[in-house]
Amino acid sequence: MKFTKMLLASTALSAVGSVALAQEMSNDMTIVSWGGAYQNSQLKAYVEPYQEMHPEVNVVWDESSNEAVAKLRAMNEAGNITWDLVDVVASDAIRLCDEGLAMEYEPNELLAEGDDGTSAEDDFGDLIVSDCYIPQIVYSTTFGYRTDMVPEGAEAPTEICSVFDLETYPGKRALEKRPINNMEWALLCDGVAKDEVYDVLATPEGQEQALAKLGTIKDDVIWWSAGADTPQLLADGEVFMGSTYNGRLFSVIEEQDQPVGMMWDAQVFDLDGWIIPEGLDEARLNRVKDFIKFATDTQRLADQAKYISYGPARQSSAPLVPEDMKQHMPTDPANAGNTFLYNYEFWADYRDDIDAKFQAWLAQ
Amino acid sequence: MTALTPISRTPVSFYVSVVAAAGALAGLFVGTAQGSGLLGIIVGAIAMGALAFVLTQVIKAEKAGMWGSVVLLAIIGFLLGGIPALVIGALFGWFFSWFSFWLYEGRYRRKLPPYLTPGQVLWHFAFRVICGAILVFLITPILVVMPLSFNAENFFTFTPEMLRFDPAGYSLKHYRDFFNSSDWQNALRNSVMIAPVATLLSVGFGTLAAIGLSQPHVPFRRAIMAILISPMIVPLIISAAGMYFFYSRIGLQGTYIGVVLAHAALGIPFVIITVTATLVGFDRSLTRAAANMGASPIRTFFKVQMPLILPGVISGGLFAFITSFDEVVVVLFVGSAGQKTLPWQMFIGLREQISPTILAVATLLVVISVLLLTTLELLRRRSERLRGMSPS
Repeated sequence: MKFTKMLLASTALSAVGSVALAQEMSNDMTIVSWGGAYQNSQLKAYVEPYQEMHPEVNVVWDESSNEAVAKLRAMNEAGNITWDLVDVVASDAIRLCDEGLAMEYEPNELLAEGDDGTSAEDDFGDLIVSDCYIPQIVYSTTFGYRTDMVPEGAEAPTEICSVFDLETYPGKRALEKRPINNMEWALLCDGVAKDEVYDVLATPEGQEQALAKLGTIKDDVIWWSAGADTPQLLADGEVFMGSTYNGRLFSVIEEQDQPVGMMWDAQVFDLDGWIIPEGLDEARLNRVKDFIKFATDTQRLADQAKYISYGPARQSSAPLVPEDMKQHMPTDPANAGNTFLYNYEFWADYRDDIDAKFQAWLAQ
Repeated sequence: MTALTPISRTPVSFYVSVVAAAGALAGLFVGTAQGSGLLGIIVGAIAMGALAFVLTQVIKAEKAGMWGSVVLLAIIGFLLGGIPALVIGALFGWFFSWFSFWLYEGRYRRKLPPYLTPGQVLWHFAFRVICGAILVFLITPILVVMPLSFNAENFFTFTPEMLRFDPAGYSLKHYRDFFNSSDWQNALRNSVMIAPVATLLSVGFGTLAAIGLSQPHVPFRRAIMAILISPMIVPLIISAAGMYFFYSRIGLQGTYIGVVLAHAALGIPFVIITVTATLVGFDRSLTRAAANMGASPIRTFFKVQMPLILPGVISGGLFAFITSFDEVVVVLFVGSAGQKTLPWQMFIGLREQISPTILAVATLLVVISVLLLTTLELLRRRSERLRGMSPS
């Protein structure tokens, strides 16, 4: 009798508890991402599975990651945050965190621990580059080239410096319309040692040197600003080689069957991940937290690698990546023979200054 | 008049040099496409000048000469660039042989009055060529997009298969993408839900404002008019940013009603301008006559005034509809992702993944706009004819 009563009471309590929990969670979630193949991989790997578990949740996508910083500032100013979860690159996350627009979080509390039992903090390790940043994947910016436009008698380009070698490899190049990565590559090919690049780039003379090196190919450069530009230019045969994100090149080569080859040399690693905007109300925050715990667990991050060739940010996900995708990962040993480490702190300090110089140089 | 103008054959120096000039122009385009514009000009001028001379002085028979040059240039085209060049070559052959005989026999003067000086004749044709060039300039970008939307590949590229007219190079897959993708369908639904409501609001408020402002006794008419028209004059991005902050404060940002109201505000000036223009020709004594017969002002409006200014209301409404349907800046600010309209979806599509689905949508929109405008124009003419208002 007593036992039954207790049982009943506890069932009632837990029922009340779960109802209360459910009430606290908003059923609408606006997720901001990049569109294209990348957003599709997120949809397939964790948004759709999450919606299967929680059919009441309605997800709206906003493809605004490109201007996330500006838009979040405007939302903050207007006092009306309409986004729940925002996908940004690491440098934007650092900026948003510094400005107080992104929420700081406790990794071991918010994120699930790895399948092998490692704590979330250890599993993501150094990739948590900011207190607000929840990394998802590692991608790289690297070059692709038209295999059918390699000049007669020349080898297919395998070295970053062939970008600056107009004699052996004539033709147009596509480079991103910003100094990041381009300045580093220019210095590397102007005889600066890899570990000294950022020291040199910190000096005005070093910046001049990098721009002078870029100046040698300036007439043959088409500047791009959206990730889709270089694939289009390569498919058109408009350029011989161009830089873009490795996943875009993967899609051009493997899915669209274009005659394009990868040149992994001196690829620059970068991160992509989530931030939660500061100032969400309780119900929305609870939903986001519930989602993020699921979406960044070991299996989900490994699943994402099935759909796009970006490496999962969790160490424990690496063994679960399908074999046939491993060879396309920027982190695969065959591809990562010579990589370049992007220096967040350097660019946080020097970005505005070098940006101004770069844009002035472009306009000359 | 036609029969009065005598025509006579023109001297060789005249027509050969004109045909050569036209050949140089054609050569410029062909040459630029092949890599050297200058070479194209020279080759085009010499080849077409020679063709004109041979046709008129050696062959002399127009029919035979025409077919001969069509076949000749088609073969040259085929040897140079395959089937597409064959078609272009045949067209060139037809045009230049016709052009040579047209000039040679002086037929170009036949429809002109006999008293025109050579300068006036030149201007008569130069004017038509310039108008044609402007038309081509306006419409080419739209026409180029249409074949690309049937591309079998996922890029904005005329593939070799497409240029060979190989069926394998064409597909409807981008149209299927459009109809099967929930993103595009949501965007279409949003656009279709927003634009008509915004149009109705614009037409209602705009017509009322125009009628009110056309009354002579309204104070500060010009100032009020200027304020109402300002959304059309102020740069869109400024209106958009202003609306964003204003709507955020009153809770309209990111809502369906917010976007509808914003689009209605953009559409109202168009309605005011077109309705005001038709009201200028409206005879006020008609309303007085109606009042005299005992009609209430509302009845007068719907029975007398409205039918007469209807063309202005409809064209204003059409502009308001197109404004809302095409608008991307304001909706980016005022809307949230849930109100993603077609132009918004096209905008992000272009930036994030250059997919010909956008071109498929663009083609569909062009077709729909053409149909819509044609229907409206036909309806308008019909109603004018029925009321005996047609000027013709």
